[in-house]
Amino acid sequence: MKTFYLRELAHARAGDKGNTSNIGVIAYEPQYFPIILRHVTAERVKAHFGSIVTGPVTRHVLPNLDAINLVLEGALGGGVTRSLSLDPHGKSYSALILSMHVEVPDDIAVELMLKGRRPVARTQEEAKS
Amino acid sequence: MPDSDPADRLLFNFSKCTPAMSQSDAPGMRQRTLRIGCGASYAGDRVEPGVDLVARGNLDYLVYETLAERTVAAAQLERLKDPEAGFNELMEARFRGVLPHCKRNGTRIVTNMGAANPRGAARRTAQLIRELGLGTTRVATVLGDDVLDYCLRHAETLRIMETGQPLSTIEGEIVSANAYLGAAPMVEALARGADIVITGRCGDCSLFLAPMMYEFGWPDDDWDTLAKGASGADMVECGANVSGAYYADPGYKDVPDLANLGYPILEVERDGAIIVTKLEGTGGVVNRAICTEQLLYEIGDPASYITPDVIVDFTDVALQETGKDRVHISGGRGRERPADLKVSIGVKEGWIGEGEITFAGLGALDRARLAEHVARERLKICGIHLDELRVDYIGLNSLHGDASLLPKEPPYEVRLRFAGRSRNRSDATRLANEVETLVSKGPGMSSLPRKYVREVLAIHSCLVPRSAVRPEVIMAEVA
Repeated sequence: MKTFYLRELAHARAGDKGNTSNIGVIAYEPQYFPIILRHVTAERVKAHFGSIVTGPVTRHVLPNLDAINLVLEGALGGGVTRSLSLDPHGKSYSALILSMHVEVPDDIAVELMLKGRRPVARTQEEAKS
Repeated sequence: MPDSDPADRLLFNFSKCTPAMSQSDAPGMRQRTLRIGCGASYAGDRVEPGVDLVARGNLDYLVYETLAERTVAAAQLERLKDPEAGFNELMEARFRGVLPHCKRNGTRIVTNMGAANPRGAARRTAQLIRELGLGTTRVATVLGDDVLDYCLRHAETLRIMETGQPLSTIEGEIVSANAYLGAAPMVEALARGADIVITGRCGDCSLFLAPMMYEFGWPDDDWDTLAKGASGADMVECGANVSGAYYADPGYKDVPDLANLGYPILEVERDGAIIVTKLEGTGGVVNRAICTEQLLYEIGDPASYITPDVIVDFTDVALQETGKDRVHISGGRGRERPADLKVSIGVKEGWIGEGEITFAGLGALDRARLAEHVARERLKICGIHLDELRVDYIGLNSLHGDASLLPKEPPYEVRLRFAGRSRNRSDATRLANEVETLVSKGPGMSSLPRKYVREVLAIHSCLVPRSAVRPEVIMAEVA
């Protein structure tokens, strides 16, 4: 197992409705989708977002599209139209979710590294050396 | 829905229709592919791509969707100041560019650029048609989305969707209430020969569903077919967000020639099969990945995507690339449309004051932190009351707060930002001033500050029965 940022396996887009943010997370390849299902759970997403999300997080699965839809309630500072945030729509939350860590099996890790993607730990070691 | 429902009373007789300027088959009987382009997806969207789209896109319809949740409420405030204002400010520039092409190519326009004043928008459009010498053109105005009187009369019983509380508990001044109309009045307008249909608030999908329903004669209770149409509409209602915008991430998701981004086109078949593509010879990309992002954009439960016309289940939607910049959508099932219509309510909820100032160089973050401390102390000293205060360090944590990945080294530059909301304008302004004065009365070596004060126009939602909403179509023949 190696740790990668979710960014290496998936892309994302965030939308807004009132005080609720939704983030579609889509696997770049079908073989990455089970890893996403295992590691990008509602509980882990809520923990990753910390104080940003004040309500529950719900995960919907769309197997046809190798995608999940995450619904984050109470995540937009009281609502798009009254939020004090520079990003009242939470559009950049798609980037925040891609900084989650996911554990990747060795065969997929090799595949990712052949594409030039680097695991999280490896990057830190390289920075030190 | 019972036949007596006023929202459904807009049935029409195809045999009585006047042929419009587009060269379509007999109304409701179209066999050929229907081509619908999207020329804008928000009020301030770019003008030129829509002109290019209608000039070269061989379109049957051009749709402009320009109303975000707050846009109609903001337009209502404009209209209160000037009775002829309150519709999209770029409508004239857009129509000036596209109407000659529409006339030449037989392309009809469907748009919600009427915002809070569809009648005013139609009057301005009529003037423009005469000025451009376009000849006989039929302009339809759809009214009836404004349900402010109804909501105020029923403020004790209607409930705010977000909180469950009655509307009467809203503290600020309610300035607007607009229902999301469905496709029916737009279908009626097209059946009566409209070349241009101008509405206020309606379902975004409905703008695209209306031409499909009219051209193919889809019954308004054929839920599965309507769901297929709505799936296609969902793809393009955000305009170029399906053709390369809001997508690029260099090295991960590369978009060719983003500067020359092309706007999207739907190719719809009579049975509801749909291809999403974009104008040829433009930049951008339409592929499975971007279509998936767009399909999931702004939805909750994918099994129940609610529109005024149909409830869509996206869970079995499949997307297939069938060529360069071509994606085929299949699947998508529908259920009966909701009994109630959603209403957006605009409320004046006080004021937001903001101030920003940048520090750079060695020790920049330390000086910014000292500036935060100084400003917070001065807010206390001056007795400035805020309902909510937020402090950001732009460059460090302004978008993601505590969840941000922090750099190992202090940043070379950081911009301190204060934002606060108050019921009264004076406290919001004083907050902004306290940040502004940090330039000369705070730590050293900063940039010039900037400050902003703006009124909060908050949006709440409620549901009203369809019987409370009475859409109306007004036809005008402009010569």
